[in-house]
Amino acid sequence: MDQWSGYMQLILQGALTTAQLTVLGCALALVVAFIAGLGRLSRSFLVRAAATAYIEFFRGTSIFVQLFWAYFVLPLLGISLTPLQAGILALGLNVGAYGAEVVRGAVQSVGREQYEACIALNLTRWQCLRHVILPQAFVLMLPTFGNNAIELLKGTAVVSLISLADLTFQAQVVRAQTGSTMVPFLTILVLYFVMASVISFGVRGLERRLTRGLDGMRS
Amino acid sequence: MSAPIIEIDRISKSFGALRVLDELSFTVQPGEKLALIGPSGSGKTTILRILMTLETISSGHIRIDGEELFHMPKDGRLVPADERHLHRMRSKIGMVFQLFNLFPHKCVLDNVTLAPILTKGVSKADAEREAMRLLEMVGMADKARAMPAELSGGQKQRAAIARALALQPRIMLFDEVTSALDPELVEEVLNVMRRLGEETDMTMLLVTHEMSFAHDFADRVLFFDRGRIVEEGPPDQIFRNPKQERTQAFLKKIIAAGQRV
Repeated sequence: MDQWSGYMQLILQGALTTAQLTVLGCALALVVAFIAGLGRLSRSFLVRAAATAYIEFFRGTSIFVQLFWAYFVLPLLGISLTPLQAGILALGLNVGAYGAEVVRGAVQSVGREQYEACIALNLTRWQCLRHVILPQAFVLMLPTFGNNAIELLKGTAVVSLISLADLTFQAQVVRAQTGSTMVPFLTILVLYFVMASVISFGVRGLERRLTRGLDGMRS
Repeated sequence: MSAPIIEIDRISKSFGALRVLDELSFTVQPGEKLALIGPSGSGKTTILRILMTLETISSGHIRIDGEELFHMPKDGRLVPADERHLHRMRSKIGMVFQLFNLFPHKCVLDNVTLAPILTKGVSKADAEREAMRLLEMVGMADKARAMPAELSGGQKQRAAIARALALQPRIMLFDEVTSALDPELVEEVLNVMRRLGEETDMTMLLVTHEMSFAHDFADRVLFFDRGRIVEEGPPDQIFRNPKQERTQAFLKKIIAAGQRV
């Protein structure tokens, strides 16, 4: 039994790494999603083109390849990242590309009449976006953002391929050392599920809080 | 007559092949209450939307207080206005919409204070004090903390009027503000507008299908058809003694539909 508690220790350390990757990856993804998503709605052709190029590139190539680029190819260009940094970068940019489309779609779904009210009240484009459009659009983004965050959590397993000791990596270690597949993989199955549930509930709670008093807003 | 506050000078507006306004000209005096009536599609709402810079014009000129709305002088020539020029011109004009266009994520009070705080740099406390005065005036003070979704149509429209007034525009545009309301709620909005007409010297342009209200409220009535002014004059003349055939036909239809004019 002693031996197992040591292995559990390993797996919990992996869980911490996975949680870290998820939180920081989501933070990066969120920032990037807003920049690229609003970039796609810019009046400037260059900004639109840059945002579109980013989105299409990161949606159109594998996260696995992106991760290897971040960890093995960037050093050749003089940028060395730790495995954790490379993992956060690849995951954040990858999921951010999907999030950007969510941001664009939600912003565009806010009715024209809201923009017209802003003009009639003499708000600048930025004030309109910041105070009127984004608060309404954000509520619409939340459910899909929740999905994206869970996708990112599950995607963190690929970082075990650049020897980052996340949940999946530690399970492999335990499996190699004990010969048991069932115990470590059942454990991480449960842990992944628990972490995904935390995200799910968190996002749903936030959604409930933000939509309070907005009944009928989407009708 | 003093200098007009609005000069509309041969403006045309087309949506694709459809000509909505056709070489239209008229002027409005400061403080004047103007009713724009006519069949739907005659271009009257488009005029308000153009004045609020929600639409552009295809040709012609508009001057507010003697200053070009869609053009600005540069190197001795008139060039299309930039965002900054439009921003300055818009500060003279307010608009109330048919469908209220309140911000659904903000309570009534925040709807009213948002623009003064952001565009005029008014402090939150001052903005709220002024907002409460306006909400009092439109009979909405007790609903200051309500969300728009909790209000009836008439309450929404009265809140929207307070919101537009908070920026103290010299010109107010009312675009069919009672058309989306249940019949029993129309009167409470019209009462607010009557009061505004009596207590302020704002210039007011009103697109409406409420003929008896237009008759009592307006100093002058413009009858539109197919993008042109067919007839204009004091309400008594337009409603009691219209000269043009098209005006007569339009009013006959309105009366047949059960409205008093």
